[in-house]
Amino acid sequence: MANGSPLLSIEHVSKDFYGNVVLHDVSFDLREGEILGLVGENGAGKTTLMHILFGMPVITETGGFQGSIKIGGTEVHFLSPFDALDAGLGMVHQEFSLIPGFTTTENIVLNRESMRASFLNDVFGDRMSVLQRDKMRERAQRAIGKLGVELKPDMLVSEMPVGHKQFTEIAREIDRKQTRILILDEPTAVLTESEAEVLLQTLKRLASEGIAIIFISHRLQEVLAIADRIVVLRDGHAVKDTVNENIGMRDIASWMVGRSLGEGGQRSEARSFAENTFKVQHLWVDMPGETVRDVSFEVRKGEIFGIGGLAGQGKLGIPNGIMGLFPAGGEVVLDGKAVPLNAPAKALGMGMAFVSEDRRGVGLLLDESLEWNIAFTAIQVHGQYLKKVFGLFSQRDEKAMEELCQEYVKLLDIKCTGTKQKAKELSGGNQQKVCLAKAFAIKPRLMFVSEPTRGIDVGAKKLVLDTLHHYNRDFGTTIVMASSELEELRSICDRIAIVDEGKIAGILPPTADISEFGLLMSGATLEEAVNA
Amino acid sequence: MSARKKLSTLFSRYAVVIIFVIITLAAIPPSGLSIKYILQEIITRLGRNSFLVLALLLPIYAGMGLNFGMTLGAMAGQVGLIFAVNYGIANWQGLVFAMLVGLPISVLLGWVCGLVMNMAKGREMVTGYILAFFINGIYQFFVMYMLGSVIPMGNKAIVLSRGYGIRNTLNLESVRQSLDNIVMLHVGGFSIPLVTFIIIALLCGFVVWFKKTKLGQDMRAVGQDMAVAEAAGIPVEKTRIVAIIISTVLACAGQIIFLQNMGNLATYNAHDQTGFFAVAAILVGGASVTHASIANVFVGVMLLHSMFVVSPLAGQKLFGSAMIGEYFRQFIGYGVIALSLVLYAWRTRKAAAEARLSLRGVQDDSAKGNGGTAVGNGGQA
Repeated sequence: MANGSPLLSIEHVSKDFYGNVVLHDVSFDLREGEILGLVGENGAGKTTLMHILFGMPVITETGGFQGSIKIGGTEVHFLSPFDALDAGLGMVHQEFSLIPGFTTTENIVLNRESMRASFLNDVFGDRMSVLQRDKMRERAQRAIGKLGVELKPDMLVSEMPVGHKQFTEIAREIDRKQTRILILDEPTAVLTESEAEVLLQTLKRLASEGIAIIFISHRLQEVLAIADRIVVLRDGHAVKDTVNENIGMRDIASWMVGRSLGEGGQRSEARSFAENTFKVQHLWVDMPGETVRDVSFEVRKGEIFGIGGLAGQGKLGIPNGIMGLFPAGGEVVLDGKAVPLNAPAKALGMGMAFVSEDRRGVGLLLDESLEWNIAFTAIQVHGQYLKKVFGLFSQRDEKAMEELCQEYVKLLDIKCTGTKQKAKELSGGNQQKVCLAKAFAIKPRLMFVSEPTRGIDVGAKKLVLDTLHHYNRDFGTTIVMASSELEELRSICDRIAIVDEGKIAGILPPTADISEFGLLMSGATLEEAVNA
Repeated sequence: MSARKKLSTLFSRYAVVIIFVIITLAAIPPSGLSIKYILQEIITRLGRNSFLVLALLLPIYAGMGLNFGMTLGAMAGQVGLIFAVNYGIANWQGLVFAMLVGLPISVLLGWVCGLVMNMAKGREMVTGYILAFFINGIYQFFVMYMLGSVIPMGNKAIVLSRGYGIRNTLNLESVRQSLDNIVMLHVGGFSIPLVTFIIIALLCGFVVWFKKTKLGQDMRAVGQDMAVAEAAGIPVEKTRIVAIIISTVLACAGQIIFLQNMGNLATYNAHDQTGFFAVAAILVGGASVTHASIANVFVGVMLLHSMFVVSPLAGQKLFGSAMIGEYFRQFIGYGVIALSLVLYAWRTRKAAAEARLSLRGVQDDSAKGNGGTAVGNGGQA
């Protein structure tokens, strides 16, 4: 069905943010009635590409982009998303942009309501026009009819099941007469399997009516099921642009993640562990953007346990939830004792430590000295580095704090002018080392490390990973590390769990094939991944 | 189980109303007032206050909470009345003149108020409250120094003996109840100010009609989710400013109606509690920070004011001092506002906790099932 000249052409598009290249010479076409599956890891450039397509202000503010975008053969320059909408692009977002207290109808025609002029128009302008509810309803029903689904036009969005919200969003784009290109960003992420199935049918139906669709999803089986063509982005390059014929999930997964394997450096030697020390069952965490739905796993004593997965799937929610920083529920047991959730002080008191991904917000006291920063948790939680005055008051033991700080500055090779320097004056890598030192200072039995190398340069990355590796070997501390960088996890972890949609998709050894990891991130089960 | 839950939600939704009905009913017998007297008072006060309370509706629709900034409109109305008295324009013509003077002032003040509130999104209520204090300062300066000096006042009777500034209390004899008395119905021993009620009914009609307009629809959208409204191309800030301007203008008219019924104007503090009593009334009527209806307005005015009528006498009978009842009024007014805000915050948190339930992969019932299969699998392995 895909024929004729392209409706949308993206030609040689490149974009960098202050020298950091995010898109490199990306080109592809989209024809009328064609469904294009766009896949790629986090940071592959999908979001930036969509921002460019929609003329988001963030693009022009950061210096625009190179290359050109053509719609129906003519080059377009969008100054705002509204220009893009006028030109016939429609976007269905990952988060619903619906008004909760409005009905299906009101949302579908939002800000494009059918109106009749009233007597006040002459004085106060068009906004005093009266809404024509029956016409609005008619239009909504027509749009819903095109989707081929059952939606009640008078139902409030707040009372709808999730699937209906997604369809309402799509119906809103369909109601716009000029919409010819529909872009869906992870539309099935929040849907149940049967809802997702209906959605895919709907998309096929829309395509058969001539609407071109860009379908962005990390669920590869869905992409394979409906896409006519698949474009794979990796590190800003369009590494693959192929017709969806005779390709399997494993192929796409390896195109997605398949960077040169050498750069990971050393692999951990295979080790064996005797006993389980830490057990998590049916954990849920309400961390915005990193929701954990139902996670169970066990960690063995002395192990480095990795948690990987795409951003937003819930891997960061796991340590944050267990340490009590976000509302959580489920069962967590450390050495046979239940860990109380939603109580950071108790979690710390049981001998767990946490190096947060939010270094500057949660990890450090930016305006305080390194001494303070490193000793802080030990003082607060374990009452260390305090001395009694007259047997009544406790006072900080500055001397002991200084000694502690010096010990870690030496041990971790923290580059600073002295132990009194303020934490905010250090570089990212050295700040991260201070965070690690703070965790080490309480001699934890179990340590959570979240995105330890985020935002620090390559050299410092290696140092941080080495530090974790050595600390684990020297002191036998059990470490649970969550990271978006698969290579990093593969270089120091003994086992790696991949989190997908708030659940653990599978646990693999670091030596497993890279495509198996890719498949787990793409919504496949462990069996499917291994046998694919 | 669910019936009980429904009952408890109903109670938490209308807790303020229920508590208020109980207290008021309990205070009627000790007050010794006849039902007829109380009813007549309620009719009078409905005419006096409803318009002011109705002014609160639009900002609530626009998600800006309870507009304590309506006091600005009240001040504009007072300035209008001062000029009407100064020029000796009597009867309903005086009220129309006061409105003509107050209108541009209230539009300007409403616009300023809207601009400021757009800079303090999410904190509109406290911003409006403090802004009212600030504008009060300007009002005092204007009335106390400008009038009679910079702006000549012909009517020396209303000017302080020093030659400038307006007297503490202004007698509004010339316009006193001029609106109420155009047509005063006497039905079954009750006096009903017909024209006042017609004006209030027209305003209600306007509010109902306004909700059906594009602007009204936009206001509701903005009130529920500013980000979504913005993304849909609705001019969010402008819509919010319009909501506040309309509210301020209505408050200006409302204060003029209120004062013509009272018959005198405490020049320097008549507006002090305008916002406070209006907000207390709409909350007593069952409104919340985010939801309000015309019914809330009338139920609230009736309940709050029957309370105000009976409480001084009940205090006199029960505690031997009318002042206790007077204190009680203040205490109840502020108490109602505090209670509503706390209940609202509590409900919001509860709703967030309930929304969280849906995030969990395993719901309570199915948790057992899933756990069971997990154990079963373990057994097989």
